[in-house]
Amino acid sequence: MLNYFNLNNTLFIINRLRKFVFALFIIVLLIGLSEALILSPEDYKQSDSVRIMYVHVPSAWISLGIFSLISILSFGILIFKNKNFSLIAKSLAPSGLLFNIIALVTGSIWGRPTWGTWWAWDARITSMLLLAIFYLIYILSWRVIDDNDKAIKTSSIIAIIGLINVPIIKFSVDWWSTLHQPASINLLKESTIHSSMLVPLAIMTAAFALFSLLIFLMKYNTELIKIKNKGLDRL
Amino acid sequence: MYGKKVKLRAFFILLIFLSAILTIFLVIKALEENVVYFKSPSEIKNLTELGDKKIRVGGMVKKSSIKTNDSVINFIITDFKNELLVSFEGSVPNLFEEGKGVVAEGFLKDRSYLKAVKILAKHDENYMPPEVNEALKDNKK
Repeated sequence: MLNYFNLNNTLFIINRLRKFVFALFIIVLLIGLSEALILSPEDYKQSDSVRIMYVHVPSAWISLGIFSLISILSFGILIFKNKNFSLIAKSLAPSGLLFNIIALVTGSIWGRPTWGTWWAWDARITSMLLLAIFYLIYILSWRVIDDNDKAIKTSSIIAIIGLINVPIIKFSVDWWSTLHQPASINLLKESTIHSSMLVPLAIMTAAFALFSLLIFLMKYNTELIKIKNKGLDRL
Repeated sequence: MYGKKVKLRAFFILLIFLSAILTIFLVIKALEENVVYFKSPSEIKNLTELGDKKIRVGGMVKKSSIKTNDSVINFIITDFKNELLVSFEGSVPNLFEEGKGVVAEGFLKDRSYLKAVKILAKHDENYMPPEVNEALKDNKK
């Protein structure tokens, strides 16, 4: 179990780290945006609406990644009763939900000119909406349940059940016929996205990851201060 | 090593997790028919009864099959095994093109004719600048 013997020390480190991550985020975001909006070429079919992809795809990746992380931590929370894990998982959730909503909204904006519809109840989009609902239930479970021990247990179970949805989202486009196109980037096969478009995509992903880290540090900081104010020197 | 209680908890949670996976797998399997967003022309061909509900059919727009007649667009959806004639009145999305993916939503008149009320263009997974596309075309020639 983590020892908060020097809670003040931890808070100090988090504060320093926060400023560093913030500066790095601004730099990477500026590079990413200028690559995505100005320097990268337009697509041969979608022309400029391809630029929505540089926000849409990283957001979707980050929201999936964060949910997986929360779920894995939740196994640790339930099995080892690690209280620090529960603070980390709780602090990760808000930025995950944010990026999930961004992915849904940008996808909708892209779908209108490309597909000809704002929304389609296909497997990929519906399962992504389900992920957003899981995020919402997860975050609400922390707020609604007053008893802290109960909140930890309930939220962890929600996260573990929600983990099943993650591979469904990933493989929905391969398993069923969907309106959403299959993945362009594959580890085993050659990617079907040109390298001049892959670079801005990678930089934007890094920028969004840094932003999530920043929001996480702020939330985690708040949680630690709450503990400090309760006058506990350990969890 | 970890205590007996931790091991028991791990086993318990794993069991719940696995049974949840199995439940969801079975539910999806049972609902497979509704999970797919569209059917292929071949699946339409093998339908036992047509029904009068709205249906979605997807595939490729057959090369040089688009014919515009006043405001009515006729084209053929193919999955390279079977074909389906579609007629549609209205505006189509920008990406609607011959040789590209399409999803038509509408009512089946018979196993080879669909009266569409909505046309959606399906985008594929290829992303590249126009120059690269031109170069690829030249290489093919």
